[in-house]
Amino acid sequence: MNVRLELEALAARAVGTVSRTARRGGGTTLPGKLLWKVDPGAVDALSARLPAGVALISATNGKTTTTAMAARILGGEHRLAWNRAGANLLSGVASALVAARGAELGLFEVDEGALPEAIRRTKPRVVSLANLFRDQLDRYGELELVAERWRAAARDLPEHALLVVNADDPLVADLADGRERALRFGLDDPRHARPVLQHAADSKYCVRCGTPYVYAAAYVGHLGDYRCPACDHARPQLDVAARDIELRALQGSRFRLASHHGDIRIELSLPGLYNVYNATAAASLALALGASPTAIRRGLEEFSAAFGRFERIRSGSKTVVVLLIKNPAAANEALRTLETGVPPVLMIALNDAIADGRDVSWIWDVDFEPLLPHVGRVIASGERAAELGLRLVYGGLTEERLEVVPSLEDALDRGLELTEAGTDLVVLPTYTAMLALRGVLTKRGLVPAYWDAGKS
Amino acid sequence: MKIRVGHLYPDYLNIYADRGNIAVLRRRAELRGHELLVEPIGLGDPVSPGAHDLLYIGGGQDREQEQIAPDLAAKGPELEAAVRQGAALLAVCGGYQLLGRGYRSRTGSLMPGAGLFAHETVAGATRMIGDVLLECELEPGMRRPLAGFENHAGRTLLDPGAEPLGRVIHGFGNDGESGFEGCRIGRAVGTYLHGPLLPRNPWLADWLLAQSLAHASGSEPPMLEPLPDELEARAFRVAADRARVRGRGRGR
Repeated sequence: MNVRLELEALAARAVGTVSRTARRGGGTTLPGKLLWKVDPGAVDALSARLPAGVALISATNGKTTTTAMAARILGGEHRLAWNRAGANLLSGVASALVAARGAELGLFEVDEGALPEAIRRTKPRVVSLANLFRDQLDRYGELELVAERWRAAARDLPEHALLVVNADDPLVADLADGRERALRFGLDDPRHARPVLQHAADSKYCVRCGTPYVYAAAYVGHLGDYRCPACDHARPQLDVAARDIELRALQGSRFRLASHHGDIRIELSLPGLYNVYNATAAASLALALGASPTAIRRGLEEFSAAFGRFERIRSGSKTVVVLLIKNPAAANEALRTLETGVPPVLMIALNDAIADGRDVSWIWDVDFEPLLPHVGRVIASGERAAELGLRLVYGGLTEERLEVVPSLEDALDRGLELTEAGTDLVVLPTYTAMLALRGVLTKRGLVPAYWDAGKS
Repeated sequence: MKIRVGHLYPDYLNIYADRGNIAVLRRRAELRGHELLVEPIGLGDPVSPGAHDLLYIGGGQDREQEQIAPDLAAKGPELEAAVRQGAALLAVCGGYQLLGRGYRSRTGSLMPGAGLFAHETVAGATRMIGDVLLECELEPGMRRPLAGFENHAGRTLLDPGAEPLGRVIHGFGNDGESGFEGCRIGRAVGTYLHGPLLPRNPWLADWLLAQSLAHASGSEPPMLEPLPDELEARAFRVAADRARVRGRGRGR
């Protein structure tokens, strides 16, 4: 027993309790930050103690949801150390390790930039990599830099570790090229393909020779069934595939998950093709960790939503439906789920804190255009409400259908006022706008605080 | 009047919401009774001087910029002739860098550029990222502010005597040291500012439209009918405020 480590963990836990008690936030990263400062090696030591090892999950989009889905599947079998509140830097992993006494399996989502160090320190059994999209350019430099870090991290991954990759993302699939211990997942239902690559599509050029890929089916952004016409580099064979997908607008989706364990019918209460990707990623990770098909089906079907990603919140006779939009790809998918039932009133909230991306130019890469002729009224909110308003006007929204209300609380009240009883107010916030809106709804007693959310 | 726009490499250089700039030019032209005809100019397509009233080139990721750089360098003489004959041009970020003499990597090798602007860009160790506020004086005595966002590792060094687009009030600018941002030659302007640039800086969109109309008609740039621009002004104020609070102050 390492006495110093025990004392550090004890002190760190105490800080978390104090932070929560003082209501200054969830205390989700403070203890980890402390431990991380005092002794970064504690992450290595605490990880090494987990009898069932560690699984890491990274992606630009969907990592919080995928990790939460995997936790739902695996939580029945194992006691988990899991960074459920989305604190996904090494300090957040440290916090989860500290908080979970007696944990058997570590399940951590990690920030794309933090992945190499997380791999070095936690020595994972399984690493799941789902996608790379343009995210916050002001924070990372560019997509290619992240891809380069991931390539180095994948090269350094020990042979016995299993790499789960999304075969539909060329850059990500390539990380497992030639690797024996790999599991490749993807979608296989061309009925849901987009007719053309979206404007925001990121990795459209062959990773081998630079020629633009030809897509037999493009599902979400640049994710799909691709082939290079010049050098024949193509999507690898799928080990786990989502087939016969049925999208039911905001109600959710159904699909058939095919793998060497046979087929599983899944009924998901989350909307959109991107959540089919998240569920397929979570199922693949769970299979890699030895979960049974029954546990996978039950876990996915019981899953409602990860914190703030997709929530229905009752407010009197009306329902606030929150869909997080954190970058062009996520926003495009959120908008796509609305295409079959355009809401009469839509609130979109754009903040520009570090977690949202300080560079707001990404809103121009979002395809708002198909929705704008059909929506009755849009309330643009958040710190960059005017910028967002301009984007919508240039996208074809007539000015009399636009209201610019920077205050989130005022915008929410205005939106609710315009929403008819018994119907939904759909809200699309960026990350910190989502946190602030949740704060407003918590204050009104409509949702639990975020550090309590999702605990069952 | 028809304004003929040549959009260079739209499939490759589109990282910083470049389509926003085109959307702004189109709408503001249409509100004044003009029509914007946008033609993509891709790899291997010729540029004929006089065929376009406005040329536009945006920014891309390193990989995409490397893919188009040799082709753009080969188009250099035609682009220079087009600008010399009075075509307007807007180049943003990567496009701005590649219209100079070239980009020198940290190992010293030079990726040749089109040579339109009198500058050379040198790779830096860190990226210069943040909100920027400039003061421009494109017409003598007409000082106007420009607000945008910059994100570049390259340090762009203007030749002595080259005209910058503006003076940096807050932010890094061309190289983080000179106090200048962008470059201007005749009706051509290049800048690191994106965001995209034109929605919240409508005066520059109108300046470019007026210059393009001058090229199209062979006469002086017309005075364009003013637009209300209330939302534009609000967006500008927030962006300028961001630069004041967050951008690196140059103290000039």
